[in-house]
Amino acid sequence: MDLTRLFSLVPLIVFLPALGLLVNLIFGKKFSETVIGTVASTASGLAFVVSAALGYALWTTGGAAQVVPFAEWIHIGTLNIPWAFRVDTLSVLMMLVVSGVGTLIHIYAIGYMHEDVRFKNDPGRFQRFFVYLNLFIAMMMILVSGDSYLMLFVGWEGVGLCSFLLIGFWYEMDTLGRPSWANSNAAKKAMIANRVGDFGFLMAAFTIFWYFKSLSFDAVFAQAGQVAAVSPNVILFITLFLLIGVTGKSAQLPLFVWLPDAMAGPTPVSALIHAATMVTAGVYLVARSAPLYTLVPVAQQTVALVGGITALFAATIAVGQYDIKKVLAYSTISQLGFMVAAVGMGAFTAGMFHLVTHAFFKALLFLSAGSVILGMERGHHHLPHGEHGEHHEEVFDPGDMRNMGGLRKQMPVTFWVYLAGTLALAGIVPFAGFWSKDEILLDAARNFPVVYWLLTVAAFLTAFYMGRQVWMVFFGKPRHAAAEHAEESPKVITVPLMVLAGLSVLGGALNLPYLNSLSAWLGHTIEAAEREIAVAPWLQVSWGGLNPWVALLSTVLALAAIYFSWLIYGRKPLETGQVDPLKKALGPVFTIFERKYWVDEVYGALVVNRFVDLSRFLADVIDWRFWHDWFHEKVIAGTYQFLSKTVLNLRVDQQFIDAIANGLARLTGWVSSQLRRLQNGFVRSYALAVLFGVVIILGYLLLK
Amino acid sequence: MNLTLILFLVLAVVAVASAAGLLLSRNAVYAALFLVLNFATVAVFYLLLGAPFIALAQVTVYAGAIMVLFLFVIMLLGAEKLPKAVGLPWQRPLAIGLAAVLLAEAGWLLFQRLQLSAVLANPDVTVNTTETLQALAKNLFSQYLLPFEVTSILLLVAMVGVIVLTKKEKGEAA
Amino acid sequence: MTGSIPLSYYLALSGILFSMGALGVLVRRNPLIIFMSIELMLNSANLAFVAFARNIQSPAGQLIVLFVMTVAAAEVAVGLALIVIIFRNKHSINVDLMNSLKG
Repeated sequence: MDLTRLFSLVPLIVFLPALGLLVNLIFGKKFSETVIGTVASTASGLAFVVSAALGYALWTTGGAAQVVPFAEWIHIGTLNIPWAFRVDTLSVLMMLVVSGVGTLIHIYAIGYMHEDVRFKNDPGRFQRFFVYLNLFIAMMMILVSGDSYLMLFVGWEGVGLCSFLLIGFWYEMDTLGRPSWANSNAAKKAMIANRVGDFGFLMAAFTIFWYFKSLSFDAVFAQAGQVAAVSPNVILFITLFLLIGVTGKSAQLPLFVWLPDAMAGPTPVSALIHAATMVTAGVYLVARSAPLYTLVPVAQQTVALVGGITALFAATIAVGQYDIKKVLAYSTISQLGFMVAAVGMGAFTAGMFHLVTHAFFKALLFLSAGSVILGMERGHHHLPHGEHGEHHEEVFDPGDMRNMGGLRKQMPVTFWVYLAGTLALAGIVPFAGFWSKDEILLDAARNFPVVYWLLTVAAFLTAFYMGRQVWMVFFGKPRHAAAEHAEESPKVITVPLMVLAGLSVLGGALNLPYLNSLSAWLGHTIEAAEREIAVAPWLQVSWGGLNPWVALLSTVLALAAIYFSWLIYGRKPLETGQVDPLKKALGPVFTIFERKYWVDEVYGALVVNRFVDLSRFLADVIDWRFWHDWFHEKVIAGTYQFLSKTVLNLRVDQQFIDAIANGLARLTGWVSSQLRRLQNGFVRSYALAVLFGVVIILGYLLLK
Repeated sequence: MNLTLILFLVLAVVAVASAAGLLLSRNAVYAALFLVLNFATVAVFYLLLGAPFIALAQVTVYAGAIMVLFLFVIMLLGAEKLPKAVGLPWQRPLAIGLAAVLLAEAGWLLFQRLQLSAVLANPDVTVNTTETLQALAKNLFSQYLLPFEVTSILLLVAMVGVIVLTKKEKGEAA
Repeated sequence: MTGSIPLSYYLALSGILFSMGALGVLVRRNPLIIFMSIELMLNSANLAFVAFARNIQSPAGQLIVLFVMTVAAAEVAVGLALIVIIFRNKHSINVDLMNSLKG
């Protein structure tokens, strides 16, 4: 069987989801919810099948990269940027993650959105959600399969658009269902923050084009060495500006502010886009640009530091959050920091490994959180009518952890899968997160100790806040009537959760020590540079890639963090309305965490409000008062009116043209009045006229 | 100078004078009588020209019938005298001028432009009146018979027309 | 009679009479006098005809005069009838007063 023919199937990964979205868009109104969901999930599932086939084909052909040209796009003179698909180990890995996790989330979303549109009283919006989800899959596929920076950017922008559309899905309300600008503002914030990042990306792309005369990966990476030798600052510039794009898309410092607000979107969106796939695009970008980054160690250090600092920063904020999804959002930012730090340091395999495992357990955690929220909503709706009537007055937040408690009794399946996800995230052996995080820590310890300590503290805090979350949500007594009546979610929701839980447990198998399957797989695409750095002997120990001391330290710290969280939140569970005990312990420090270091307020004061002031100035003063009131009214309109009223109307029209017209009329009248005198009625004068005529004619004849 | 010429000149003066009298007299009856005199002189001219029949016809028809008719109407309407003139003061000088111009043009035309010299070269023409009259009669009733008949119809029409025009309607006050 | 009058004399006389007749038509206000001036003009034309008839020995000239006389008679009859009618309506025969065509 000629497997190379399989490579030509690669456009299907984009066009199957596109077909799914078109079918749902055009015919969706006539379909039932089940049909819509099935169409969308099938499209995504088939894309996964194609990706798997591509992976298989790649594996059997030795892992060499394949470029599958698809269409002519830009062709101006010597500039030729076609739409070509790149099938190599890195892109196929991303394709599998996106379509695999994506399909599970599609299936979950059938059940989730069925309940969500009913809680928000708009069943007709079900169709739109799945159209957007398929659009997202298509765009993400374009991103990961593009063969040039430009195709990557097309997908980059496309997923940004889908993020906007999906965050603002309930655009007219806030998360609690009240009419508000909140959700649409969150979508706008995501779009704008991403835009700032895109500016960085574009500057890097322009520079790449200017110096390399091409945007396609092969051409750029082939020339990288020469250009670096001639002008190394160019590569530095490119890599740093690509980093700006990464901080926008992957929510690092300083452009991460959109991701917590993005929790306003429905939970499947948070899982798919803001945990598993879109936010990892930045990590993918750095991994893809490995040949550029390895040439500039300064840029690598910058990237690693940005990742490390973000990881710690976000972890501290997560400790003080009360909303179940917000904790997970900051956790995502923190874990992305891990990934960015890893690929920044040159540990590309470690970074991509963590990307995959994080996709599994973070999607699991988000989807389970969605299940918890739905359970709380169901509980709220099934309250006895008397209390139900009261609850309509008070605003109920189903995601507030302070309202939850003891849910493991009402929602057992959700509890167990959530526990699996938590342990994976905390990095407890043998769950998936342990293996990937540990690899990052090891590489950091060897290459960049500062980042190692940043990441270690972040890992400690990660375990702590996840433990805090589990004790608050699932243990103790319910702190609100809704939690008492919470119900477990249906199978269409819990089955994908169980699949993801399985992956979170077993995902470590991708790159176990001694086997290192993923390193070998990715090694076909990314050449890891071997750096000779003097490391301490205890760091040099390697059990097939695993260092026992680093692993031991991280495990001990994680267990210690979980123990601390049990001490505070588990031993004496919280009561209704009780203030968080950590707040009493830490005081103002906790407030800083709770208020997320006031970053939004600072941005607002420094940037956003200044911008609004500028635009108000431009609108009111420049546009209205100057341009409209003065220039248009006085200068243009005034001149025009002067011209038309005074000059043209009065002088020209009335005095000149009318004079001519009236004069002509008067002249005609005068002439006719003179001629009228001939008709005086006197016969004699008529006779005279006759004689006159005779005389004239005779004279004429005589003179002829 | 022979007798004919003297006669002609005298009669010419009389004719012009009587025409002037017609023009200038204030009294319509006088004007009519002047005109009768004019007609009479012209009748004599006809005789001089060897057209006795026409001369007699002139006296009979013009002076006898037409002028009598004129006098009848003048008497009938009592139009002997007319009040002083009003309106068109400019008519008179202009008319005199135009008449003079007409006369000059006529003279020019006849004597300079038309080749009358050939005709005028034969001043001495004797006329046989008897032969002329016979020729006249013969022509009238053969070659010019149609105009003759038409003229008779014309006279009939004139008669009928006059009676119809002047007939009073029944019951109309006189 | 010997020594006939040259044709040109007759024609001159005819022209003078014609002009005077025209003058009379134009100047006088009494319609009867105007009519009489018209007759004078016709008469002068007759004179010219007869003079030419004698000069070229053609009877046609005299015949024409005959017809002219007839027509003049008929015309006078009708014209005078019209004047009588007008006088009946306007009780005046000042031509200048008959200006209904004014305008």
